[in-house]
Amino acid sequence: MSTLLWGALPYVVFALLVSGLVWRYRYDRFGWTTRSSEIYESRLLNIASPMFHYGILFVLVGHLMGLFVPASWTDALGLSEHGYHLLSLFGGTVAGLLAVAGIGMLVYRRRTNSAVFRATTRNDKLMYVVLVGAIVAGLVTKLMHSTLSHGYDYRTTIAPWARSLFRLHPEVSLMDGVPVSYRVHAVIGMVLFALIPFTRLVHMFSAPVQYLFRPYIVYRSRGSRELPGAPPPRGWEGVGS
Amino acid sequence: MVMNLDKCIGCHTCSVTCKQTWTNRSGMEYVWFNNVETRPGLGYPRRYEDQDTWRGGWVLNRRGQLKLRQGSRWWKLASIFANPVLPVLKDYYEPWTYDYAHLTNAPLGDDYPVAAPRSLVTGKPMEVKWSSNWDDDLGGGPELAPLDPNVERVRDEVGERITFAFEQTFMFYLPRICEHCLNPACVAACPSGAIYKRTEDGIVLVDQDGCRGWRQCVTGCPYKKVYFNHRTGKAEKCTFCYPRVEVGLPTVCSETCVGRLRYLGVMLYDADRVTAAASVTDDKDLYQAQLDVFLDPDDPEVQRAAERDGIAHEWLEAARRSPVRDLISRYRVALPLHPEYRTLPMVWYIPPLSPVVEAVSESGRDGEDAGNLFGAIDALRIPVEYLAQLFTAGDPVPVRAALDRLAAMRSHMRDLNLGRQPDGSAAGAVGMTGDEIEEMFRLLAVAKYEDRYVIPTAAQADARRLEESAVPETCSLDHQDEQGAAEGGPFGAGSGRRSLPLVTVESFHALRRRQTADREEEVPGP
Repeated sequence: MSTLLWGALPYVVFALLVSGLVWRYRYDRFGWTTRSSEIYESRLLNIASPMFHYGILFVLVGHLMGLFVPASWTDALGLSEHGYHLLSLFGGTVAGLLAVAGIGMLVYRRRTNSAVFRATTRNDKLMYVVLVGAIVAGLVTKLMHSTLSHGYDYRTTIAPWARSLFRLHPEVSLMDGVPVSYRVHAVIGMVLFALIPFTRLVHMFSAPVQYLFRPYIVYRSRGSRELPGAPPPRGWEGVGS
Repeated sequence: MVMNLDKCIGCHTCSVTCKQTWTNRSGMEYVWFNNVETRPGLGYPRRYEDQDTWRGGWVLNRRGQLKLRQGSRWWKLASIFANPVLPVLKDYYEPWTYDYAHLTNAPLGDDYPVAAPRSLVTGKPMEVKWSSNWDDDLGGGPELAPLDPNVERVRDEVGERITFAFEQTFMFYLPRICEHCLNPACVAACPSGAIYKRTEDGIVLVDQDGCRGWRQCVTGCPYKKVYFNHRTGKAEKCTFCYPRVEVGLPTVCSETCVGRLRYLGVMLYDADRVTAAASVTDDKDLYQAQLDVFLDPDDPEVQRAAERDGIAHEWLEAARRSPVRDLISRYRVALPLHPEYRTLPMVWYIPPLSPVVEAVSESGRDGEDAGNLFGAIDALRIPVEYLAQLFTAGDPVPVRAALDRLAAMRSHMRDLNLGRQPDGSAAGAVGMTGDEIEEMFRLLAVAKYEDRYVIPTAAQADARRLEESAVPETCSLDHQDEQGAAEGGPFGAGSGRRSLPLVTVESFHALRRRQTADREEEVPGP
């Protein structure tokens, strides 16, 4: 069981994530969008959506810091274990609360605004359950295992395990003593990663950073069309008008 | 494109045929790529011209460089999680249908059953409160007209009050499509780079596969002519009927215009001078700056450059015969819509003159005498200042000049009609010759289909193939299931390969045969 969860599942998730993204890009570039519902309702969204997104981005930064920055590096910077714990506790809690409050408002909006609710697919609902589950589990775990003076030191167990995954040599045994809630959070998190390519969450991979560097006006040419007899390009199929 | 507003009767045929062709789909119910507004009025979406609210178009920054009014690139990325100034459905209108089933399903009763309106976005009963042309023909009404942003600006800038007293009311129609600007703000606003301007014909299009639904273009466009498809989550806009234009057919709105007030033609311009022209300091100079960007196809220098850059002879020929160029650059009767947005729009308008003759005649003078007409233009029912707010950023001089030319044309042609020899004074007064006036008259009044629409085809061989691809191969019923339930594709409406919102490439002749056939056998088979 332990090997399955901490040795095999991460790689399955990673494979699903990568192949899913490739497949989605090839099969469904048209469906690759944020599917925004702002046009139905914008006042609540304008508060909740940035709140959630910034919250979750800080959470992401926190996770990257916790999992992929070894304790020895922060030690070298002169940050004590206790100092790190306080940073992670307060920073993480603030970011987590932002995200939870944001997504709480978003879910409320989605449920109560009938236009938004009508535009919600089953796929969205599944995604929301897993996403909210991952965030709430994470926040609860953090608060359950932390006091001001001391907290669970995942940087000796979970973090090395996460790094070992990338060395293609998973040290499954490191996860043995980890509290159950951390494990639950990790599993939900992995499920979430696997879902990304198949839900609207895919929009996170089209963060338009290139916008900062391109010229304002984009010109394109019609280009040379394919030869006669070839199947019509996408979107040009006859419709029998 | 140039539209002659004098001739618009506000029949909305352009809007309806455009809708039938392009936006007759779910997710696009509220969208009108072409709409006809009554002026003065609020427009569609309501008060879209109020850029203090909607933040569309360009402004100059402190260094005199162009910048989107929306904000800098950094600001736009930072606020990407919710567009702070996106018009929502209620700013356009909530689309609805009627509960027709109730008419047949209603239980027997004393009253006639009624088909009550139902919202197309919530599916619930709703009260219809607004639509794309709710204030149609209400121009000058005291409730709505004072809210017209142009009226407000006339009040603020000129200090003049447009009165909306009953006996002084005025109105005219303003048909609008995407401006296909030379300096399009929607293109600049798109974070994904999915909107682009085509180098061949200048048509601005949205790459549906590249759009990620950030909605920045909707805000960026000061004319609010980019729309968000709320089912597919993608931006869509007027395509200038590119499948038709490529094969030499006019756009659907032009083709079906009852008043024949639309003109299509090629304008050559120097793309390298666009930014400089859009950055002139004074808003009022933008009209002239844009005129200077256009190139004269009769200029041998331009011809040589065109040949060097591989522009087909057919295109150069079309540019020379372009009715649009005549109206914009030669006769200077056409003016751009809201040049102050600095997008260098490419749908120009001939300002309306009509009521003036009537007004002068009523005062007992000869309404078509040039002298009387020129004098009356300042006292027009439609104030020149109002037109100037629409077409020249508030500068009355070019509007006045265009109206003078139209008035001179009336006077000159009246003389001809009555068999008198025009003395040329009317023409001379506006700096034209009698021959020019007559040519302009031909173009404005009697121009035939091929004179109004001078469209070079993209490439002849290509054109034929494209036309063939428009002929239906399968029965249209095969595609009926495409407007299915909310979960059309695995990832929401329109996702996946099968259920793309297919572009209707209309086959003109097939459609005509079907529409004019008397019997079923005459209709071309599938």
